[in-house]
Amino acid sequence: MAAWFRRTRAVAHYLRRNNGCTPSSSRGILVDCQGMPVPAAVPMPVVQPLESVWIGRATGRISPTRFPIFSAMRFESTRAEKHLESLQEVEDDDDAQVLDFPGGKVTFTSKMQFIPESSEKRVPCYRVLDDYGQPTEYDFSDQVNEELAVKMYTDMVTLQIMDAIFYEAQRQGRISFYLTSMGEEAINIASAAALTDDDVVLPQYREQGVLLWRGFTLQEFANQCFGNKVDYGKGRQMPIHYGSNKHNYFTVSSPIATQIPQAVGAAYSLKMDKKSACVAAYFGDGSTSEGDFHAGLNFAAVMEAPVIFICRNNGWAISTHIREQFRSDGIVVRGQAYGIRSIRVDGNDALAVYSAVREAREMAIKDQMPILIEVLTYRVGHHSTSDDSTKYRPMDEIEHWKMLRNPVNRFRKWVERKMWWDDKREVELRNNIRNQVLQAIQTAEKYEKPPLSDLFRDVYDALPSNLHEQESQLRETIKRHPKDYPLDVPV
Amino acid sequence: MLGVVRQKVGTGGSPLTVAILGKTLPFLRAAATPLRSYSSAAKEMTVRDALNSALDEEMSADPRVFLMGEEVGEYQGAYKISKGLLDKYGPDRVIDTPITEAGFTGIGVGAAYHGLKPVIEFMTFNFSMQAIDHIINSAAKSNYMSAGQLSVPIVFRGPNGAAAGVGAQHSQCYAAWYASCPGLKVLTPYSSEDARGLLKAAIRDPDPVVFLENELLYGESFPVSAEVLDSSFSLPIGKAKIEKEGKDVTITAFSKMVGLALEAADILAKEGINAEVINLRSIRPLDRATINASVQKTNRLVTVEEGFPQHGIGAEICTSVIEESFGYLDAPVERIAGADVPMPYAANLERLAVPQVEDIVRAAKRACYRSVPMAVAA
Repeated sequence: MAAWFRRTRAVAHYLRRNNGCTPSSSRGILVDCQGMPVPAAVPMPVVQPLESVWIGRATGRISPTRFPIFSAMRFESTRAEKHLESLQEVEDDDDAQVLDFPGGKVTFTSKMQFIPESSEKRVPCYRVLDDYGQPTEYDFSDQVNEELAVKMYTDMVTLQIMDAIFYEAQRQGRISFYLTSMGEEAINIASAAALTDDDVVLPQYREQGVLLWRGFTLQEFANQCFGNKVDYGKGRQMPIHYGSNKHNYFTVSSPIATQIPQAVGAAYSLKMDKKSACVAAYFGDGSTSEGDFHAGLNFAAVMEAPVIFICRNNGWAISTHIREQFRSDGIVVRGQAYGIRSIRVDGNDALAVYSAVREAREMAIKDQMPILIEVLTYRVGHHSTSDDSTKYRPMDEIEHWKMLRNPVNRFRKWVERKMWWDDKREVELRNNIRNQVLQAIQTAEKYEKPPLSDLFRDVYDALPSNLHEQESQLRETIKRHPKDYPLDVPV
Repeated sequence: MLGVVRQKVGTGGSPLTVAILGKTLPFLRAAATPLRSYSSAAKEMTVRDALNSALDEEMSADPRVFLMGEEVGEYQGAYKISKGLLDKYGPDRVIDTPITEAGFTGIGVGAAYHGLKPVIEFMTFNFSMQAIDHIINSAAKSNYMSAGQLSVPIVFRGPNGAAAGVGAQHSQCYAAWYASCPGLKVLTPYSSEDARGLLKAAIRDPDPVVFLENELLYGESFPVSAEVLDSSFSLPIGKAKIEKEGKDVTITAFSKMVGLALEAADILAKEGINAEVINLRSIRPLDRATINASVQKTNRLVTVEEGFPQHGIGAEICTSVIEESFGYLDAPVERIAGADVPMPYAANLERLAVPQVEDIVRAAKRACYRSVPMAVAA
C-alpha cells in the first residue's frame, strides 16, 4: 500500500503528476510517527498498486491551465487501457494475463482473496511536535517564522478565552446558545493560517477560529451571538451561525454535511474562473455518515475540483462515539475509495496541521484535485451548551485531554523554546483578551435588536408585494397596540 | 456517466425541431388567421423545443449559466430537453452527473453561492425528494439566514406530476410542497410561450426557482408569435394568464390541467356556460389579484389540479378567495384534484386517479347550480 509522505521542502520526495514517472520509482515507503520506515510487508491488498492507476492519468492531458478542463477525461475509461498497457508493471502472482473491463485493465488471480475489512496497522498519523512541544524530526521555522508563530499562538489563546467567556454568558442566560471549539484550537487556527484570504471556507459550526484568524473581531462575534442590529446576519440565526462575505466565510448552516457538496460546487466555480484559490470544507466525524459526504467526495474527484476536505475527527458526535459512527479506520481510508489523495494528521499539533494544509492547498490548486485531511483530536468541551457530556463519557477522560494533551500548551512550549514568547506576555495577553471579550459582550448586549423591516427582507432578492402588505399590516397593528410590542425592537 | 456510449443525435421529429435550435434561421411569417390571445400567430413550437431554445439562449447570453443533471449531456437529456447543448457549450457547461440528486443539488447550491447560475435538472421531481434538504434548507433559506450575503440564483427544473403509466413513485405533483416554502419561487408553464418566457425569467431571476414542467406536454405544439421567439422574450413571474375570458364561472388550472380546463370550457360553452379559464403560470407567488378579480366578475370558482387534494393548490386559492372575495361568491368553491391515493399503474385505474375533462365540466355545472343528477348523466 503506497502512502504519500512528506518530510520537508528540502527533502521533497513527493511526485508531481506533470513530470510523469514510472511505477518503479514511485514506490512509497510507509513511515511511522517517528519517521522510521515500516517493513513493507503490508498484508494483502489485492488491488493494483495505486501508482499504476495514478500514472494512467498523468499523461499531460490534464493541465489545469488549459480549456477544456476535462473534456479529455470524459473518455478516460475507454482509453485508460491503452495507457495502462504501456506503463503497467504486472507483478501479481501466477497470471500475467489481463482483461479489460469498463474502468480499465485488471490482472487476474486464481487465489480467492478478500480484502480485509481493516488493515493490521492503522494509517499512521503525521505529527511534527511531540507532546512536550519538541520537534520530532525537523524544526519548522523556515515555514513558520516568529511573526506567524506569535499570531498563531495569540489567536489560539484568544479563541480559548472567547469560547470560555461566551459559554459562561450562555450559562448566565445572556445568550441563548453557544458551541465551543475547546481542544481544537490548533485545527482552527493552524489550518486557517495555511490558507489565504482568497480561499473560500465552508464551515460546519466548530470553526469560529478560522473566522477569528481572518480578522473577524470579538465585537462581530458578540454581535451575532446577541442577534443585535449590527449583526451581519440581521438577527436571523441562532448564535455561532456566523457568516461573512468579506472574510470569504460562508454562513454556517445547521444541517450536517450539506456544506460538503456545496463546497464542491463553489470549487467548481473557482475552477471555471481559473482562480488561484481553493475551497476548504470543514466537517466532523459524524458528518461522514451523511449521504452528502459520499456524494460530495465522489463528485469532487470526478469533477477534479480544487477543494480541501478537512475532517475534524474529535471522537464524538454529541454522544455518539466514533465506534458507533463507523467501522472504518477513521476517515482517511475513505479517501482512496473515492480516488482522493488523503492524509491523517495529529490535529493537536499546530505545526503538523499548518504544514499539511499548506501542502494540500498547493496540490489542490496546482493539480486541480480534491484532498482529504483527517485531523485527529478530541472534543474537550460538551457538544454545545445544550449538552452535558459527563453523562456519556468519564470526567477523567475529558480532564486528561484538557490538561495533558492540550494543543495550546503544546504549541506554547515550542514558541517559548524559540524565545518568541514568555510568561509575562502570556499574562498580559490573557488579561487583555479577557477584558476585550467582556467589553464586546457588554457592548453587544446594549445594542438595539434589528428593526422590524429586517423581518421581511431577504426572503427574496426584492421585497414581494405580499410581504410588503404584511409589513404594513404589522406596523398598523403596532401603532394601535403599542403596549403589546417589545421596547427594545426598533420599528 | 463517463464511458457512456455517445448517442446518435438524429434529427427525428418535425423539421421544426432542427429549425428552432439555430437562432439564425429566419422566422417565416405564415399568413395564418391570428389565434385568440396571441398577437400574431405564425409558427408552432413544441414545449420541448421551447425549453431547449430558452436554455440555449440564456446559456449563450450569460456565461455563468450552466446545466447539470443526469443524462443531460451525452444522452441529450432524458427527455431530450437539452439536445444539442453539450455539443454547443461543452462539458464544462453541460455536466453529466453521477446518480446523486443530493450531490448535484448541493453542488449546484454551492456554485450558486459563489456566483454561478446553475440550472439543475431532476429526471423527475419525484427524485428531488432525495435532495429536498438542499432545496429548502439551503437554497430557499440562505438568502434570508445570511442576511443577503449568500444569494442563490439557481433553477431546479424537470417533469412534475403524472405521466402515463409510470406508477406511484414517478407521478406525484410537488407544486404544493415547494410553493409552501418562503424563499422559493414556483413556476408551472403550460404552453410553449409559457415554457420559453418563464424559463428565461427563472434563469435570469436572482432567487431560487422551482420550475415544474410536465412530461406529457413536452411533445405538444403550440403557436408562438415572433415576439415569443425573440431571444429577449420573458414573462413576468407572478402573473397568471387568462387563457379564455368568460363571465359565468372561473376555472383555475396550471400545467397540463390548463388544456383540460380549456376543453371543459368548450363543452360548457355548448351548454350555455361561459367559463373563464385562468392559467396560473406561477404558483408562488400566486397571482391572487387576477384570481380574485375574475371571481368578483363571475362569482363562481372551480380550482383544478393534478396533485393530491389535501393541502393542495386549490386549498390555497379557495382560502385566498374567501379572504378577499367572500361576498362575491354565489356558490361554494369547487375543488378538483387527483385522487387521494398513490398513483396506480394500471391504465384504467390511473385514468380514475387523475382529473378528466368530465370532472371539470361537472364541477363547473355544480358551481352554476346546473348539475345533473349522476344517474341521468350520459
